[in-house]
Amino acid sequence: MMMARFEQDKNKLDLTPKRFNMWIFLFTSFMFFAALTSGFIVYIGGKGHALKMNLPVAFMYSTGIIIVSSLTMFLASNAAKKLQFAKQRTFLWATFILGLGFLGMQVYAWYVLAFEMKAYFINPNASISFVYVFSLMHLLHILAGLVLLIVSLVSTYRKTPQVINLFRMEMTSIFWHFVDIIWIYLYVFLLLNQN
Amino acid sequence: MSTLTVQDHAVVQHGHDHEHHHTENFWTKYIFSQDHKMIARQFLITGIIMAVIAMMLSILFRIQLAYPEKAFPLLETLLGRFAPGGRLDTNFYLSLVTIHGTIMVFFVLTAGLSGTFSNLLIPYQLGARDMASPFMNMLSYWLFFIASVIMMASFFTEKGPAGPGWTIYPPLSALPKAMPGSGLGMTYWLISMVLFVASQLMGGINYISTILNMRTKGMDLWKMPLTIWAFFLTAILGVLAFPVLVAGVVLLIFDRSFGTSFYLSEIVVQGQQMPFEGGSPILFQHLFWFLGHPEVYIVIMPALGISSEVIATNSRKPIFGYHAMVYSLIGITVLSFIVWGHHMFVTGMNPFLGGVFMITTLIIAVPSAVKTFNYLATLWRGNIRFTPAMLFAIGLVSFFISGGLTGIFLGNAALDINLHDTYFVVAHFHLVMGSAAIFGMLAGVYHWFPKMFGRMMDEKLGYLHFWLTFIGAYLVFFPMHFMGLGGVPRRYYSFTEIESFKEWLTLNTFITWAAIMSALAQVAFLFNFFYSIFFGKKATQNPWNSTTLEWTTPVEHIHGNWPGEIPTVYRWPYDYSKPGHDEDFIPQTVPFSQTLSSNLPHDFEDNPVNLESHKDWVNIQRSNEEEVK
Repeated sequence: MMMARFEQDKNKLDLTPKRFNMWIFLFTSFMFFAALTSGFIVYIGGKGHALKMNLPVAFMYSTGIIIVSSLTMFLASNAAKKLQFAKQRTFLWATFILGLGFLGMQVYAWYVLAFEMKAYFINPNASISFVYVFSLMHLLHILAGLVLLIVSLVSTYRKTPQVINLFRMEMTSIFWHFVDIIWIYLYVFLLLNQN
Repeated sequence: MSTLTVQDHAVVQHGHDHEHHHTENFWTKYIFSQDHKMIARQFLITGIIMAVIAMMLSILFRIQLAYPEKAFPLLETLLGRFAPGGRLDTNFYLSLVTIHGTIMVFFVLTAGLSGTFSNLLIPYQLGARDMASPFMNMLSYWLFFIASVIMMASFFTEKGPAGPGWTIYPPLSALPKAMPGSGLGMTYWLISMVLFVASQLMGGINYISTILNMRTKGMDLWKMPLTIWAFFLTAILGVLAFPVLVAGVVLLIFDRSFGTSFYLSEIVVQGQQMPFEGGSPILFQHLFWFLGHPEVYIVIMPALGISSEVIATNSRKPIFGYHAMVYSLIGITVLSFIVWGHHMFVTGMNPFLGGVFMITTLIIAVPSAVKTFNYLATLWRGNIRFTPAMLFAIGLVSFFISGGLTGIFLGNAALDINLHDTYFVVAHFHLVMGSAAIFGMLAGVYHWFPKMFGRMMDEKLGYLHFWLTFIGAYLVFFPMHFMGLGGVPRRYYSFTEIESFKEWLTLNTFITWAAIMSALAQVAFLFNFFYSIFFGKKATQNPWNSTTLEWTTPVEHIHGNWPGEIPTVYRWPYDYSKPGHDEDFIPQTVPFSQTLSSNLPHDFEDNPVNLESHKDWVNIQRSNEEEVK
């Protein structure tokens, strides 16, 4: 009977600890960006002024894009829960494309910063270098998010058990909403420090 | 709560087989193992190797400090271009100090200590079959291993390993041309540390998740052994602090390799004006010490947790003030994030801000003192068994007191301005976090060796190791206080160059010989450790008569730890010498219904129904006794 019980709890699939891992990872990631922005505050505190320029409009567009992508992500999760797999796939693709759009828009924003506004990465006012670092480090997270989206997409094309499908969707959407919120935080933070 | 995912294990697919190892080959068992016990042993042995290397580096620079004028041809044979003419190269001296610090703090006392004992004890003491994510756990070890290899590889670069000190302050670390140790060696250092942080984060995430999600039935948070509390809070510290170091290092890498000016301002290197402007090296110090200070608690807290367990077990007494121990660990965890400024009193910090950091720093003395008094109160009138593990745990308490007291000196901004960067600081942190933490680690090794390797270590060699190391460590670090009070700065290559420091040479010679003695004492440990793995006396299931869950597992390691059902926990882990019981320990797995004669009203504090039946039972016993009379 003891062996039977051991067999039983071996075969049970408990995903709670793994889900929890994701949440703790978000904390580490949050601390990373908190450290960068604190570094910014300490830096401008010593300098006496911040960016002394307006952010490129492209950042506003990219913020819009990523907010919409969060919405499509939400719709995709909802569809997955309701077993509407075709809809889930469509919205996942939409999220993925919006993610790529965000990536493109960020790169365009760097182009505007460097070639039109002459606010270079290598700059005696390092608060401008910080703008690049913030967006670059955030883009690395976006790349990770895109990988997760692909994983979720792949499982909609295969015969994945619904438990696993939902689990992957949940991980992807937690992460995607998180990178969304982080970008909004960074953008608002920079907006408040334009002077 | 007692269930977990073991679907990653090859065994699961063949679950009906009693031979648990049959699907394993050499690679999956010893190299890419996902088993927490094997990973713990991998961390321990890698940690020990790194510790021996770092110790030998310290002996090298101690020889230089004791005999600054003398040439040792042997050194040239051993080190080649790093010791031309048998005398250490000045830049190599700085590299030695840097790498000694880095390896000891990060690779030995962070990864070696937490990595070993969190991996070993979290699943064992909580009643889990493995960690939350065994795969991530394996990755964590291998990233640590690669980080170690890269750190050691920096010795084979042309200009030697990193040299700006383990704190890698810019501008030295940010300008590759500033000194030989700022070049390629520094790049290796940075790569190694980024991998190391990734490893620690994976480990930490796993520890937290396992502790919060995978405890066995009955194991509520207040029934967890103090070791687990310590590992839990350590992991939280790591998860919150290490990303900040990464942020600091990322900016440093941009400064080094891309020419940004986060940390660098107008500076002339070798007669050449550098293009940097407007940066602030103090910014790096803020980011570094926001990790750096919690880091010292990451180092000491697991050691404190281990010694709580070892001291209670070997005093045959419940730990004194279990709740106070937990709350003081929590207090240390919270406070450790708001004290980093005490490393920066002399950076031109606003004196008011310095005062704030001073107060928060001194408040840490409170939880630390609570812990110390609780250790002493646990020992008080205990039925003490002086096993080697117990001696090392008591040694930890001793170092924690003598090193902690000087922390109060250094926490005062007014005193720190004098003592900053002198040997007083070296003495302080080598006692309180160096010696204390390594003693905690050694206590853990001696105590859990039977669990790790199924054999016992030799006690006599253990005693020899303890006494030589204990006396040696005091002889090395205690005199350094006086050097520091005399104003002798740390990290200097040769004191004979400076007239006023010449008089300290004899003391330096003495310290060096004490250090050589303590280093030789480690041979006793190394022999004992490696010999006992293969030829030690076979261990019994519960050699120390301990109460915690890991001693209910079979001596032979199996996947999933327990052959049958995971045991249920009924009581706290410190029921030692409970009055009325026939043995001097009651394992956590024994229900109160089996120990009627020793139950006490406070065992049922949160359970009024059982409290009633306990009272009834006591009354019946009493009336029976009266009838007999």
